[in-house]
Amino acid sequence: MLDTLLPILMFCALALMLLGAWRRVSLWRQGRPSPVSLMRGLAAMPRRYLVDLHRVVERDTYMSRTHVATAGGFVLAALLAIIVHGFGLHHRLLGFALLGATVLMFCGALFVAKRRRNPPARLSKGPWDRLPKSLLMFSVSFFVVTLPVAGILPGDVGGWGLALLLLAGVAWGIAEMFFGMTWGGPMKHAFAGALHLAWHRRAERFGDGRSTGLKALDLEAPDAPLGVEKPTDFTWNQLLGFDACVQCGKCEAACPAFAAGQPLNPKKLIQDMVIGLAGGNDADFAGSPYPGVPLGEHSGGPHQPIVNLQGKGLVDADTLWSCTTCRACVEECPMMIEHVDAIVDMRRHLTLEQGATPNKGAEVLDNLIATDNPGGFNPGGRLNWAADLNLPLMSEKKQADVLFWVGDGAFDMRNQRTLRAFVKVLKAAGVDFAVLGQEERDSGDVARRLGDEATFQRLARRNIASLAQYRFDRIVTCDPHSFHVLKNEYGALGGNYQVLHHSTYMDELIADKRLTLGQHKGGSVTYHDPCYLGRYNGEYEAPRSVLKAIGIEVKEMERSGFRSRCCGGGGGAPITDVPGKQRIPDMRMNDIKETGAELVAVGCPQCTAMFEGVVEPRPHVKDIAELVADALVDAPAPATQKPVARPDVLEVH
Amino acid sequence: MPHNLLNVITLVSVGAHPVTGRARRAEQDARAVELGLRLAGKELQLLHAGDPQVEALRAYLGMGLAEMTVLQQPPRADVVPALGDYLRDAGAQLVLTGSQAEVGEGSGMLPYLLAEQLDWPLVVGLAEVESVTEGVAQVLQALPRGQRRRLQVRLPFVASVDNAAPEARQSAFGPARRGQLRPQDVAVVEDMLLEEARLQPARPRPKRLKVIKAKTGAERMKAATAKASAGGQVLTDMTPEQGAEAIVTLLRDEKVLR
Repeated sequence: MLDTLLPILMFCALALMLLGAWRRVSLWRQGRPSPVSLMRGLAAMPRRYLVDLHRVVERDTYMSRTHVATAGGFVLAALLAIIVHGFGLHHRLLGFALLGATVLMFCGALFVAKRRRNPPARLSKGPWDRLPKSLLMFSVSFFVVTLPVAGILPGDVGGWGLALLLLAGVAWGIAEMFFGMTWGGPMKHAFAGALHLAWHRRAERFGDGRSTGLKALDLEAPDAPLGVEKPTDFTWNQLLGFDACVQCGKCEAACPAFAAGQPLNPKKLIQDMVIGLAGGNDADFAGSPYPGVPLGEHSGGPHQPIVNLQGKGLVDADTLWSCTTCRACVEECPMMIEHVDAIVDMRRHLTLEQGATPNKGAEVLDNLIATDNPGGFNPGGRLNWAADLNLPLMSEKKQADVLFWVGDGAFDMRNQRTLRAFVKVLKAAGVDFAVLGQEERDSGDVARRLGDEATFQRLARRNIASLAQYRFDRIVTCDPHSFHVLKNEYGALGGNYQVLHHSTYMDELIADKRLTLGQHKGGSVTYHDPCYLGRYNGEYEAPRSVLKAIGIEVKEMERSGFRSRCCGGGGGAPITDVPGKQRIPDMRMNDIKETGAELVAVGCPQCTAMFEGVVEPRPHVKDIAELVADALVDAPAPATQKPVARPDVLEVH
Repeated sequence: MPHNLLNVITLVSVGAHPVTGRARRAEQDARAVELGLRLAGKELQLLHAGDPQVEALRAYLGMGLAEMTVLQQPPRADVVPALGDYLRDAGAQLVLTGSQAEVGEGSGMLPYLLAEQLDWPLVVGLAEVESVTEGVAQVLQALPRGQRRRLQVRLPFVASVDNAAPEARQSAFGPARRGQLRPQDVAVVEDMLLEEARLQPARPRPKRLKVIKAKTGAERMKAATAKASAGGQVLTDMTPEQGAEAIVTLLRDEKVLR
């Protein structure tokens, strides 16, 4: 009896699975077009899965091994089961192979079940608690059903009772594993995840690549939507990406806004996008809600606005404005989902179409338009901080080895100390450098992350035009935000430069022995990785190596390197200032205090401002440039005498 | 409380940023647009007299309006007759303006001249329109130091707004780009004043120095917040000659006349 019913059952489930797949694909196809190569993507998929994805999953060894056993066992078992039981190819060897696969899967499933016994808060419950049971059911049922094939048991053992029991088990198993895969069950992550890897919007991320710059909006095309208003305004592969979520909550655990009690949870946001894609409301969401926002009140559909400024949409605007764009969620996501892209896309609509940038947002954007800096300062005062430093200007020199990009910190009295310290270092090393002076404008970072792509592109194009007048080898800046934007986001607008963060450059100067450095005096030091230097650009080593060169042994925080927690200053978050239970910089300062360090070294004007805003007593905050400048030994380094070929440099003191 | 049947027209001009001088939406005019949007919603009409090619005008459309009428006028024309004719023909019931332009003559005279030409009442410093019933508007007028005066004005009337009016909403790129500037050819009247006068940059007006002799913080606070009552006297029951004499004496004392 099993021999006739099993194939029917399996092929029915497979047919329904294909039907579901077709439906799911047509849901994704509601999105806007995106230029990806379908075939090449599919060909690259296995490698992306086995190498790139597993590099992320490996950070959690328990889950990585569990997943290899469960998923590997399942794929093998499913394929063999279709051959053996579906097509009735009762070969003994195949039977043994199938038994092995189910045993492997069973072992994996046991560990999945174990993780679920006392699950961390980040994990979703509901259907996800059912999954380990389904996995066990699938593996056990197919194990027993296959025993006769392998010749271990006779075919008729157990009679009708056992046969019915097995049939029920198989039905449950394949309902979850085949049918559920394309009809929205937890196994959807396998189907959508595989295709998401194949047709990822940022293919450059794979194979040791890095792709963190936001995608430019085409402002010339009058029909292209300005950002994302409704789910169908996403590109189809973004929609596909949302469907790939496994709700593991690694993003939630890493998100600084969630921890601060602001109404954002990256995992919930992605699930809300899935709700928007298919239509419905969020009452059934089985994970942590947005802090302070109850479940069940929000709903949406593919053609309905995601944010409803008058009433309740799918997502509240505050949720989108809580994000600091620190990319901690993207870094942690094992499915390579791009949360920050989606958030900025939706912010673009709010700013460019609705004119609804909250709090100080509108004022900052107006200032950027009228004065080229967010504070509304007179652009003529951009070089006032260096009035006595006699800085060489690009407009006079026309060319230099290094173009020192000052950034908007030029208007901030605290950051001016950092800038002056870095100039001292540059001069001590005898670097041939120059600044743009009043030809420099805001890099556009804040405007872009507040969703104002138009102002970003205007600023960027004017900066690119200024830079195009001069010859220089490299741009060096003390501001990781300018660094990131100049390096990764100006390219799409025609500005391609070699850009270095000042820590990287100082590391180079030290390696070239162009600086005579003493030792740091003044207690223990920890180092805070700026998001836009670390996660965005992968520079974790240079700052530490510079600190080491001045005799500092960094007391690392628990969250450091790629797991560094944001200071709360990115993405315009201090401007939109969405209230939460606590402040992100306070949380980060607690991380700093835990190390017992007396001083925290930073490499970003935003981080400096956020940390110095934390009430004392707290560790002191110093930029790496300040620490290096303090450790400079006055004795003239031989290198300063070297570039005699450029007398104009020597005059600068 | 939008009055959708109310025919509101806001006059807008091209402004200049106080720090960089870049063309922008004028601060007070934008507040007049905001007030108009709250009164008439999307039915609000915008009117500008000048060059329809100026991109800065689009910042007003970015506040959520589909179009703006531009009466084509050369830079040094007298725009009051053209505006007056248009407003009368358009059947405007409420005309909102800023108090003073940010560029050009900037005399702040336009609302007065318009009201005179149309023979309509003028409310200066309009802060809020509370209600409009049977052709009469109840409005709040802003007075110094946050005071408000409730007025009843019959329609149609002209009202100018200053910084007491609600802050203008953000101007968004999308609607600003899509909005239409609709030019209209109208008669050009030469400005008699500009014919003979020359424009020169404004100098800041001299300000009386306020000498505060306060010794304690409380006194300083009081001096800073108190009404500017710099002594003086109230003269009543005087002949014009006596009054003129008193004024000349004061000016001598203050060393304005020597």
